[in-house]
Amino acid sequence: MRRRPNYLAGAGSLVWLFVVGLPLYVMLAATLRTRQDYAENGPVSIPDSFTLDNYTGAFDSGFGQYFLNTLVVTACVIGIVLLLVPPLAYAIVRSRGRTTSAIFRLFLLGLAIPAQAVIVPMFYLISEAGLYDNLLGVILPTAAFCLPMSALILSGAMRDISPELYEAMAMDGASPMRMFFQLVMPLSRGGLSTIVVFSALQAWNGFLFPLVLTQSDSTKVVTLGLYNFQTEHGIDIPGLLGAVVLSMVPILLVYLFARRALVRGLMGVGGK
Amino acid sequence: MTTQITSARPAAGPRKGARRRPPASNATRVGRPSFAWALPAAVFFALFAIAPLVMVAVLSFMTWDGISSPEFVGMDNWSRLMDDPVMLDSIWLTLLLTVLGVVIQTPLSVVLGVWAAGNQRNRAVLSVIYFIPLLLSATAVSVLWRALLDPNFGIPAEATWLFGDGNLFGKQATAIGVLAFVATWQFTPFHTLIYQGAARAVPEVLYQAAEIDGAGRYRQFFHITLPQLRNSMITSMILMVVGGLTTFETVLILTQGGPGTDTTISAYYMYDKAFQSFDFGIGAAIALALVVAATIISLIVVRVSGYDKMRSTMEGVS
Repeated sequence: MRRRPNYLAGAGSLVWLFVVGLPLYVMLAATLRTRQDYAENGPVSIPDSFTLDNYTGAFDSGFGQYFLNTLVVTACVIGIVLLLVPPLAYAIVRSRGRTTSAIFRLFLLGLAIPAQAVIVPMFYLISEAGLYDNLLGVILPTAAFCLPMSALILSGAMRDISPELYEAMAMDGASPMRMFFQLVMPLSRGGLSTIVVFSALQAWNGFLFPLVLTQSDSTKVVTLGLYNFQTEHGIDIPGLLGAVVLSMVPILLVYLFARRALVRGLMGVGGK
Repeated sequence: MTTQITSARPAAGPRKGARRRPPASNATRVGRPSFAWALPAAVFFALFAIAPLVMVAVLSFMTWDGISSPEFVGMDNWSRLMDDPVMLDSIWLTLLLTVLGVVIQTPLSVVLGVWAAGNQRNRAVLSVIYFIPLLLSATAVSVLWRALLDPNFGIPAEATWLFGDGNLFGKQATAIGVLAFVATWQFTPFHTLIYQGAARAVPEVLYQAAEIDGAGRYRQFFHITLPQLRNSMITSMILMVVGGLTTFETVLILTQGGPGTDTTISAYYMYDKAFQSFDFGIGAAIALALVVAATIISLIVVRVSGYDKMRSTMEGVS
């Protein structure tokens, strides 16, 4: 496309680059310098010291355990979503029954429910079930809130499978079960990877459920660890930012190796 | 992309016309899964999302301190909320922050998205940097900005010519400014992605036709690009509104609702009442009000914009 350069938009994009880039620079620089250097020379200056203490310090204050907990929560949430959503999406796309369409409408309604809305009764339910301060108590609601968007994403992907393929399999007398495993699952890999990334992001970044449903160090997740670090050692800014950078490393890795899936997963997150 | 979220709706589910079709032949009836396939997910979801939603309505008519059993108190919570000046202020603050979010982020992300939709190489590189805030959780973003804006060791302390005494959290106006700015920093990249995708989908023939008619860049932008982005704009705005109404972490971490109760928005007030003052009945009432408000506002946006009629932006193209 041959067009003259758009100076106005170009200038605007540079301003935005500054708005996004400066904080990111300050953050990275702060984590690699000593606390004294940061305090004396100010956040925007060029560091004149180099240290990795801010990263090791994060582990000393318990982030190793928090990472492990978050990993457990994330893995279990992905497991539940992968177990429940593919059959659901398959039914949504292929079943012609009224019950299925009622169930589908239930999930569409669920898209509009924010976690804040149910947090009070969730606290009651989880406490009554004896799951307070237990990772399972975080996993179950987090997984439940991943379902509506995952169902929408995956049924969208499954709808792209051409009806002729089903018909061909039906001619061979294939059962719904066989079609599911031999046709639907292999052909929805793109959608499956999107819902895995989407649920992983929800679990990894989740804050409200852990905040309200856990309290001890042994069940703390990373986001909650950041919040506690900030309230307890708020003046150790380089240490705090080291923990922030560590918390984004796994997502950065996904970004580097599975950029498309991450972007699609993120678009799902915005739907919350 | 996000179009999945919205465009999937009308087409989704067993098709409406299905029942009116002639009886299916054996070949098409065979091999359709029964509703049992959907059941496990439905039960799980009903248990951990729908049941709590019903319970929040019930709890809003009860008093509960988190220890003894809940007791019915009728409209008590609701009448207390009506008379609570902090609650009324929190509604205005929530609306203010939501409106600020939409008004600031929409033009910004439209311009950035349309710009990034071009295929020059520098745009691809810059887009990668724009994208980085999306890799941070809401918690991380709030913690980061709390540190960067620290009154003693942060950026404002360095630039007193711009920020005065450097304590942006000490006054209502600047504290609200901080919340609006952090939300913009956090969410603009996401909405930029939406508009970037939508701008790339605008048919090239429209621009070629406009060029032949002698329309300049800005006329093309206002008469072709913007109208073509209409559906994405509605999706994006609904997400902004819902996100604005449910803002929580940012307030908890950046301002704790302060100074005083000057930035206590409804979602934070709900948390404060339920989990700091252990007045769960009031908390439930605020939560219910939030859901109702979010739903009504989304419905109004959809109605007013005619989005439910799904007017195609492709009209007159093919």
